[in-house]
Amino acid sequence: MRATLLAIVATVFGLVLLLSFKPHELTAAQPPPAALSQDGPAPAGQVEGDSVDTRWGPVQVAISVAGGKITAIDVLRAPDGNRRDIEINDRALPILTQEALAAQSASIDTVSGATYTSEGYIGSLQSAIDRAGL
Amino acid sequence: MGTVFSFDVRHGEQAWPAVKAAVALLHRVDEVFSPYRPDSAISRLGRGETTPARCPAEVMDVLALCARAEQATGGYFSVVPDRRLDPSGLVKGWAIERASMLLRERGAPRHCVNGGGDVRLGSAPEPGRPWRVGIAHPLRPGDLLTVVEGCDLAVATSGVAERGPHIIDPHTGRPALELASLTLVGEDLTMVDAYATAAFAMGDNARDWVRATPGVEALAVTASGRTWRTSGFPATTDRPARGLGSGCVARRPPAASRHGQPG
Repeated sequence: MRATLLAIVATVFGLVLLLSFKPHELTAAQPPPAALSQDGPAPAGQVEGDSVDTRWGPVQVAISVAGGKITAIDVLRAPDGNRRDIEINDRALPILTQEALAAQSASIDTVSGATYTSEGYIGSLQSAIDRAGL
Repeated sequence: MGTVFSFDVRHGEQAWPAVKAAVALLHRVDEVFSPYRPDSAISRLGRGETTPARCPAEVMDVLALCARAEQATGGYFSVVPDRRLDPSGLVKGWAIERASMLLRERGAPRHCVNGGGDVRLGSAPEPGRPWRVGIAHPLRPGDLLTVVEGCDLAVATSGVAERGPHIIDPHTGRPALELASLTLVGEDLTMVDAYATAAFAMGDNARDWVRATPGVEALAVTASGRTWRTSGFPATTDRPARGLGSGCVARRPPAASRHGQPG
């Protein structure tokens, strides 16, 4: 079994809700939103997550869904205020994406030990999963 | 506190009101205790603009718990970690513990509440199997160190973040560097979370301290990549642990109230 950092997908058959500690709407019951991407409408089959504020800046992802599974995760926003941010994200974000995809088959319920950027990533990813109804 | 909380509640849609109440509780805790909000009671208290007696009642409760944690950890837990009043190291675990208690009281005992990697497991996810909590490997991003199985369990991990050291040894004022991560398990996340931060700051002395402290077990990775665990740490890598892995039916129910938390 490939170990994973993200347990999000493993937990969705419960009632799942995420919030950031900033005032934030409950997302699970909302219908899929209209595309809000700054780069134009999201492609068909792509669902955007909320932008989640972290201590280092906002993080937002979008997921592509086919056949009830996540097939791709795109990072729309990540902290890029300085060179260190960019270094960290260049290393961390591809790993988070790979692990989130792998987590769909992982038999764990949750993960202890997440860190700031990954918290934002997880939050945004979860809201996209909620919207996609997965 | 600038973090993300997730609820995994295994009771279907009828648990929605209980989850909403737990979310409201977390927002209320943030309003009172966030050091990032200039108008929070904790920020005003830190600036000397108010007194504990004038703050919401839970401020006194939390400060008393912080004092207990400071005493139990020989000062390695500090309510003024950066020379400024900031009980966040205990408040997050305390808030999750209260949210878990609220869910249980409202008929949703099967739940997992995760706040920024600190986890409170309520009951079991389903009859016959325990919750499984992956412990993130501090030195190999994306990999798991191990999997902890259990029911009615608290799990907290302290470590160097992806941004480098962030836990200060209050005795030296310098970052704690001996460990890469320390995971603590126990029954009550309030103290498990506060103790995990403190034990991380202890470095190589954490092992002896955890052994001497009843009710908690530890797994740590040192900066050089070695791991150690105390004898009762309930970890497994691929197969269900004996005892705890039986769906936790033999576990006694958790105490209804701990540490005088307001009901």
